[in-house]
Amino acid sequence: MQKLDYLKETPSQTAGPYVHIGLTPNQLGIEGIYPTDLGSSPIRPGAQGQEITITGTVQDGAGMILRDALIESWQADANGIYPGNDPRGAADPNVTGWARIIADFDSGEWTLKTIKPGRVPFPDRRLMAPHIALWIVARGVNLGLQTRIYFEDEDNSSCPVLARIEHRARLDTLIARKTGDGSYRFDIILQGDNETVFFDM
Amino acid sequence: MTLRNDLDRGPLFFRDRDWHPAAYTPGYKTSMTRAPHRPLVAMGSTLSEETGPAFGHSMIGERDNNLILNFTGQPAIGERIIMHGRVLDETGRGVPNVLVEIWQANAGGRYRHKKDSYAAPLDPNFGGCGRTISGPDGAYEFLTIRPGAYPWPNRVNDWRPMHIHISVFGSGFGQRLITQMYFEGDPLIARCPIVNTIGQDRAIQALVAPLDMNWAIPMDCLAYKFDIVLRGRRQSFFENRKEGL
Repeated sequence: MQKLDYLKETPSQTAGPYVHIGLTPNQLGIEGIYPTDLGSSPIRPGAQGQEITITGTVQDGAGMILRDALIESWQADANGIYPGNDPRGAADPNVTGWARIIADFDSGEWTLKTIKPGRVPFPDRRLMAPHIALWIVARGVNLGLQTRIYFEDEDNSSCPVLARIEHRARLDTLIARKTGDGSYRFDIILQGDNETVFFDM
Repeated sequence: MTLRNDLDRGPLFFRDRDWHPAAYTPGYKTSMTRAPHRPLVAMGSTLSEETGPAFGHSMIGERDNNLILNFTGQPAIGERIIMHGRVLDETGRGVPNVLVEIWQANAGGRYRHKKDSYAAPLDPNFGGCGRTISGPDGAYEFLTIRPGAYPWPNRVNDWRPMHIHISVFGSGFGQRLITQMYFEGDPLIARCPIVNTIGQDRAIQALVAPLDMNWAIPMDCLAYKFDIVLRGRRQSFFENRKEGL
């Protein structure tokens, strides 16, 4: 028999408590190496679409708010096109789509200012509800956690990804709650009651 | 767009989660309250995982991958090393134009971070971070000093092996990976609860960089080689789409 000679993915390790040194040195106070930290905003002035602000925390299984979490977000533009390598064409030039967000060193609260993304097709061409993909790393997290932010004021009923969640009561953990005009709350719970849905995809 | 190539498209290979560390690994105590207890919701990748941010060479400064000089311009103290390798995917192809970022402690095992209060002193000329963009064949290179081991509050007498943290992007957000590189021959590797979150010895060995005398520069610096493998991408002419939709 021939050999399936694929390589194995490099195993993950925790980002550890000092992840900010590498990924957000300026926000940590290490200045002068890089002019700015990468991913400070997923949009530039002039980006089309509804401006929104999402605020939240990351909580552990003991109810403690993490102050050392780092989150990256990835989203489409207002028309549902991803910047860079979307096979369907070019996105809004003022949307980079990617942000790197750290929890506040004291309060543990994080904030993402962006525009609300449009609907993006699932592989079978049905449309997924508007969402922002998140990737969460921290001390104690051995492999980055994948989740998604959906929106309370959108029609999430026919999203093929949400439809795959067997425990329907858990859907709520992926829905950002409206707290005002253009502002949302999205708390991530790593473990326990109301544990956020995490994906393997 | 010009930074992208034809291999950027297609579904991602599934992650082998028996190869990666599990989420709940009691030997590493912090994982106990930070590991999800419910099963992950699993499905194939979508455009949201298959697309990802692009980074240009223009955003990288000349000294960004030189940790010996990039903080003050004066050389950091420690064992001078080159860390180099290639970013590949599981099909063995080099992954070009992707961002590789590293961070580490100084030669004494001290991090430049407000939360690190270890007795070993800071090196005034060492910041501890670097970044680069992989070349056309996926190659990357850093010049740095070898980090020291350091103690951490886990069990009473736990010490991290010498290591460099690595963050790497693929062409898709679903390939996003953070890991740690260890050094050949370090006796602390086998004793480390974070290393041992990985269950298979073959997977642990994939994180140990061998000394690479071919890449060392005589009378200047030693070298270690570390290849990084990202999730593969399918390159099929047959699209995974249902008829009639």
